[in-house]
Amino acid sequence: MSAENLEGADIAVTKRTAELTVGAVVAAFGLLAIVSNYKLGAGWAEDGPQAGYFPMRMGIAIFAASLVVIWQALRKNDRSAFVERGQLKLVATVLLPLVVYIAAIKFTGIYVASALFIGIFMALVGKFSWWKSAGIGLAINVVMFWVFEIAFKVPLPKGPLEHLLGF
Amino acid sequence: MDDFNALMHGFSIVLSWQNTGLMIVGILLGIVVGVLPGLGGPNGVAILLPLTFTMNPTSAIILLSCIYWGALFGGAITSILFNIPGEAWSVATTFDGYPMAQNGRAGEALTSAFTGSFIGALVGVLMITFLAPLVAKFALRFGPPEFFAVYFLTFCSFIGMGKEPKAKIVVAMCVGFVLAAVGLDTISGSLRMTFGMPVLLRGFDFLVAVIGLFGISEILMTIEEGLAFRGKNGAIDLKVVLKTWKAMPRHFATLLRSSAIGCWLGITPGGATAASFMGYGVAKNLSKDPSSFGKGNVEGVLAPETAAHAAGTSALLPMLALGIPGSATAAVLLGGLMIWGLQPGPLLFVEQKDFVWGLIASMYLGNISGLIIVLASVPLFAAILRIPFSIIAPVILVVCAIGAFTVHNAEFDIWLMLAFGIVGYVFKKLDYPLAPLVLALVLGDRAEDAFRQSMLASRGGLDIFWSNGLVGTIMTLAVLGLVWSMLAPARTRLSERLASRAAAKSA
Repeated sequence: MSAENLEGADIAVTKRTAELTVGAVVAAFGLLAIVSNYKLGAGWAEDGPQAGYFPMRMGIAIFAASLVVIWQALRKNDRSAFVERGQLKLVATVLLPLVVYIAAIKFTGIYVASALFIGIFMALVGKFSWWKSAGIGLAINVVMFWVFEIAFKVPLPKGPLEHLLGF
Repeated sequence: MDDFNALMHGFSIVLSWQNTGLMIVGILLGIVVGVLPGLGGPNGVAILLPLTFTMNPTSAIILLSCIYWGALFGGAITSILFNIPGEAWSVATTFDGYPMAQNGRAGEALTSAFTGSFIGALVGVLMITFLAPLVAKFALRFGPPEFFAVYFLTFCSFIGMGKEPKAKIVVAMCVGFVLAAVGLDTISGSLRMTFGMPVLLRGFDFLVAVIGLFGISEILMTIEEGLAFRGKNGAIDLKVVLKTWKAMPRHFATLLRSSAIGCWLGITPGGATAASFMGYGVAKNLSKDPSSFGKGNVEGVLAPETAAHAAGTSALLPMLALGIPGSATAAVLLGGLMIWGLQPGPLLFVEQKDFVWGLIASMYLGNISGLIIVLASVPLFAAILRIPFSIIAPVILVVCAIGAFTVHNAEFDIWLMLAFGIVGYVFKKLDYPLAPLVLALVLGDRAEDAFRQSMLASRGGLDIFWSNGLVGTIMTLAVLGLVWSMLAPARTRLSERLASRAAAKSA
């Protein structure tokens, strides 16, 4: 999938590949909508259109339009970069920690996870010193705790630490 | 006269201490949202919407609409000082705003941008004040077929006026409709597309979608460019402001034209982004010295900002009068209305006078205080952008996660937000528009209900959509617009072919 373009930048995925992949996924989504709504009943009942009537037609529109998108992508044959290798790496520096962060919320509660997320992100990506990162991560979460739990009384997911502190 | 009294009553509601305070807080928050890449009007409002569930609707809408005004103002700051458009609608402002700042005219550029915004918004609000009640009165006669026709016109004009490839607009919009249909069907009570998963029973909440599509995806786009902020000094003193204002009457025609463009594109859902580009283009074409555009012409800042603000404001007209939002942010506000237990649409003007006129009054006051606040606080907000991205990015992501969670107090929604974020990132890069997706997600149920009720009345015949002059006209307009726009590529191809044939003949 990778190729060198004229400027020598490292292309991770070409526009053509991205267009075709997304087109195919969207077409599959359209098919899914068509099939599941057809099974549910997409015709006419005593009391008007059935539950699947409208969504099935939307599914057909998605499927048809995605075929046009695929056809246009094939004709255009654009092999320029959808995303370059360097860009993909940068995106991954946000996306991967974000996934870990969201997974951690279940176990530590949102405040501890957020403090760790902000702190570690600052230290690793921003190259801040550990004490600065820890301090800012902690401070922001104390403020957030005050805003959500105390000022607005919006309960957010809490973990063992908050339980220990009596919340 | 009745309307005037109602508006005055609206002012009295807004001018309570609590609501004035909320207005100022809203504007400040809005500017922050507009300044920071990764937060914007739609998801700024979406994140804060759950916090307003317990407020009374009038206060809540004042807070949220002021965030919207603030965001419209804030986008200009980053465009002019940093050459980074904080919002899509301020891209056109960078063309002349940043060169002005580089030439040491940052103060003048900022003052012009804010003044233009203010004038655009004022024209938009005046139009809403006079037009919205009339449209609402007219719309009281609407039945389900008429409503479906208006929805249909809205979606057709999205396809007709969108700059993106037509097939992609259709995909985005219909994906929105299908996602809106997931969950319990309110009419038949059957489950649609839940595939036996209990988490899907609730369906897809548009707030979670907005936070992902507009927030997470924007952060991913921003990091991809490896951001380095290099800003210009943004101090504004009173002398510069007064000098700029003194020169304003000279640009009267541009301001008026841009306001008109903005209002038109705001009501028909062209949106603020299209309006700003069109405003810029028209100003350039009609200018005596078009070559000075792009090098620091004041009109190049005034025109897009005025048009964007006029569009952003008038996008609330169809939302208030018909229950059909003209922009993504208006769609989020409309969702808020439903959550607060109000029925959006023409009946609002009859049943919820305080709410409607309070909101309209807050548009006047919000924009006046917005202008003052933003002029006074530019250096402060410019300083926010000097905070390193490695602090701002995780904080924005955390705020988005909290926002997504608070919609239903569900951790699953945070994962959903992430998924929508990735979809938004890919869609944006491939030129799929996001606004119609969100609009369809918000309006899906209402549009479908209107369609089903119409079909029920006609026993399945589509002729009900041409059964009287009103609904027939709207439907015909929609279909004509759709066909005309679909034929656009064929038309250009034909004219190209004719031109090349003519060229070949003459050669």
